[in-house]
Parts: sequence; structure tokens; C-alpha cells
Amino acid sequence: MTAAIEIRNVAKRYGALRALDDVSLDIAEGEFFGLLGPNGAGKTTLISVIAGLVRADAGRVRVMAADVVSDYRRARRLLGVVPQELVFDPFFSVRETLRFQSGYYGLRRNDDWIDEIMQHLDLTAKADSNMRALSGGMKRRVLVAQALVHKPPVIVLDEPTAGVDVGLRQALWRFIRRLNRDGHTIVLTTHYLEEAEQLCGRIAMLKAGRIVALDSTRNLLEKFSGLQLEIRLDRDTLPEGTGATVLAADGEHFTLQLRNYAELETLLHRLRQARVAIRELELAPPDLEEVFLRVTGGGETGAARAPNGVRRA
Amino acid sequence: MTGFATLLHKELVRFWKVAFQTVAAPVLTALLYLVVFAHTLEGRVRVYEDVGYTAFLLPGLVMMSVLQNAFANSSSSLIQSKITGNVIFLLLPPISYLEFFGAYLLASMARGLVVGAAVLAVTAPLVALPLAAPLWALAFALLGAAILGALGVIAGIWADKFDQLAAFQNFVIMPLTFLSGVFYSIHSLPAFWQGLSHFNPFFYMIDGFRYGFFGKSDFAPQASLAAVAASLVVLWVAALLLLRSGYKLRG
Repeated sequence: MTAAIEIRNVAKRYGALRALDDVSLDIAEGEFFGLLGPNGAGKTTLISVIAGLVRADAGRVRVMAADVVSDYRRARRLLGVVPQELVFDPFFSVRETLRFQSGYYGLRRNDDWIDEIMQHLDLTAKADSNMRALSGGMKRRVLVAQALVHKPPVIVLDEPTAGVDVGLRQALWRFIRRLNRDGHTIVLTTHYLEEAEQLCGRIAMLKAGRIVALDSTRNLLEKFSGLQLEIRLDRDTLPEGTGATVLAADGEHFTLQLRNYAELETLLHRLRQARVAIRELELAPPDLEEVFLRVTGGGETGAARAPNGVRRA
Repeated sequence: MTGFATLLHKELVRFWKVAFQTVAAPVLTALLYLVVFAHTLEGRVRVYEDVGYTAFLLPGLVMMSVLQNAFANSSSSLIQSKITGNVIFLLLPPISYLEFFGAYLLASMARGLVVGAAVLAVTAPLVALPLAAPLWALAFALLGAAILGALGVIAGIWADKFDQLAAFQNFVIMPLTFLSGVFYSIHSLPAFWQGLSHFNPFFYMIDGFRYGFFGKSDFAPQASLAAVAASLVVLWVAALLLLRSGYKLRG
């Protein structure tokens, strides 16, 4: 199977800054892939290299086997990019914008597909409005529509939900998920870790231009993030040999840290053995935020965890 | 070719949508020059034996309009796209740098020629203008527009701010057009300034264009054509090299 995106030893410097430092990465066809990292980690630079907006100093990138430099025409036709900045051409309406964008990709009569995209993105009512008259959220939808006019098999979204209200964010994700189900490869950068956790099958974490973690979302969560357990027992001591780290103890109430679900088994088994009864139990599942902090070393880990109810609904 | 055709179409629609500003305004400016200069100088200045000053002035104004508007079109469109960021919509699709250049160039030429033709049309009832060698006039108009369109592409790519583009326009384009013989024959200048004018490509464009109307000029039209063609080659090559390198467009 050909890789949707194949990145080999890509490097890019801006003066003394290494924006990308020997990045290699394969994204398979049909994947929903997340690119995470703090600001300035190189996410947008990497996307720009894939899209041909920035020329790498070294290395090469191929989109569905088409080199983005030597075979740029094919590579660009295979790729749809939703840029991070909310940009638009103030001279034109939504429909004009989408027609021109189709033409740039060599498509003369594309109105049927344009109508369909507008419908999916709830833009039909605004088809003839000038771009200037649209709200920020509407402009964002047009950006998504522009990236889809040429039906690209690979779609890259650079922080598409930054500054977008919850309703639109969910509508957008429903649509992107559908595209993924229909076979499109999706690459996403986001600041919202919860989004990446829910959507992405695999994640690469970038820091200072290097990939510091690359694995399936599930493995990353398992490897780097533990479970946190709030438990109330019928006594104020915990039996020996549970394997759990006690983060806090308050009478019969304990906050425990476990590395994985297997450790939960051990704990429960040990409690049963010691004939300790459980009065209350609440489990906080692994959290990508924590993985992120650990991998990128951007803060304290483990103990600094939000209470369960607040963190997820 | 569809990418090129679409970009050309978009560039044409762009200036046509604001034609009041991009066509009507420069036509009015040219008319004002004509009225003021003709009023003050008609009968006082005679450049060629049988040509009145107003008639002499008009082709110069037409060519000045062609040149300034060809430059304004590509340069302002590019800098607007760069500053608003929507130039990304042209950089993501499979459009080659040749197509990119061709589209901006042709749209610039179209605007320059539309404005020039409009000035001629509006003044036709007021000024009797001969047309001794129309093909020469057309050739110089096309080449002049093509040179300034390319210069506009270069300036639009180079400038990061409107301020820099305005500086280019006010300190390069304006002096070169005003000192090119739009309003006078360079034979009326002191020797030093006459010599200097020979280094101004705008002089050859306007002198050659004027030849198309009166069949006479300061300089032989063949020589002017050679000078203009040389300028064209230099600027096209410069613009194409700039675009191919991705300078200020692709990081």
C-alpha cells in the first residue's frame, strides 16, 4: 500500500532556528492522523513543506507517491489544505471563491460538487454573500470548502477549530469524520488535545522540530499516561502489595495512581484477597494532555490532574 | 491551462469589479492633465511643424495611462493578496510560475490598454489626432504595458507593505514617466538632460507610441523598438527568475 504522505529526513532552518530537524514520517492511506506539539514546534512548517508552500532545505516529501517538488502538479492535486489563518479574498462571493478555486485545480464545471460541499458545510444560504460579510465561523467553513473543491484524497487541516464555537466545531468534525470514512486520509494539527484523542487513530508529537513520539493514540495513552483512581474503602488503610502509588489519602478516601488497566486488576484482586470492601470508586481514564506534557516535557505530570468530572463529560 | 485561464479571469474580474477606481479614475486624471496643459500651453509650445501642442500631448498622456495602470494592476493585486494572506489560494494549487506570471501580466496589460483606449475614445471628439502608423502605436502600447505589468509583478512580490509599494510608485514610476517626454520633446531640453533621457526606457515607449500617430518622433522608431524590447526582456527574465525562486512567496 502506498503511503498517503511520506516524509523523509526533512529539515528546514530559519536562520539559527531549526524549524524542522530531520523529520521522517509515514502516514498511511485512510488514516486519521494527528500532529501535536506546542507553539513553534514546527507543525505548520511541516504542513507547509507537504503543501509546497515552504521549500525544505533537505529531505523529500511525497503525497500518494508524487514528489511535492519534482511532481508538484500531481502532488498538489492530491492534497487539500485548510490553512490556519482565516484568509479570504474580499472581492468575491462564496460561490465565486469556490469556482475560482476549482479552476485553479483545472476543473471548469464543478458546480454540482460545489453545491454539495456548500450543503454539507451549511453554506448554501450564504452562497452569494460577499466573503467580507461572513462571520469568522462561516469564513472557516469556506476555507474547508476551498480545500475540498478538487476532491483531494489527502486532506490536511491546520488547527481548523481555533477560535471556532462549539456547535461549528462539532459539525465540522462530523463532516471530516465522514470524509475519513469515505476513504480520505486526514491529517490534523490541533491545540485541543481532547479533539485529537477522540478523532485520531495515530499521533505524532513534535517538539523543537523533531518528532518526540509517534504511535497509535491508544498506545501513547497506555505508555505514557496512567489511570487515576478515586476510591473509598471500608477502612483507612490500604493492604500491602497493591502496586498502586498513593497520591493522596484522607481517612477512608484514597487517590491512587496506576500505570495501566492491568494494575487495576492487581489492585482489585489484592483488595478482595484482603477482604476490603469498596464503598465508592471513580476512574479517570488516560488523558492525552498528560501524555503530551510528559513527552514534550512542558510541565509537571501525574499529580497535576484536573478532577474527573471537570475534565470530561 | 485551466489554472492559468482561471487566474487570468479572476484578475480581470478583480479590477473590473472596481472599475470606477481602476478605469474611470485614471481616465479622468488624464483628461485633467490634457485640459490644464492644453489650456496653458496650446499656441505657446510647438514641437513639430504641423502638430499643435494639444495633439502632441495626447498620445503621451494615453501612453502614460497605459503604463501606470499596467503597473498598478499587478503590483496592487499581488500586495493585497500577500498582505491579506489569500495568495495562499494561488500557491496551493498546481499553477506553475509561468502560468502565474502570464495571468498577472495579461490582466495588467488588459487594464493598461483599456484605460489607454478609454482616454483616446473620450478625447476623440475634442482633439483631432492623425494616425500615421497605427501598427507602430499598437506595438509600443503592447510592449509598454507588458513591461510595466512585469515591473508591477516584481514590485508586488518585493514589497511587504503598501508603504513600500507607494515608494516604488512615487520614486521610480512617477519620475520616469514625467521625465520621459510625455509633456515635451526632449529636444527642448538642455544637452545634459537630453542625454540622461536616453537612459530612460519610458522615453522610448512614449516617443515610439507618438510616432504611430504623427509619423515623426525624436528618435527613429526602429531604435526605440529595440530599446523597448531590450527592457522587456530584462524585466520579464527578472520577474520569472523571482517567481521561479519562490522569493517572498514560498518560504
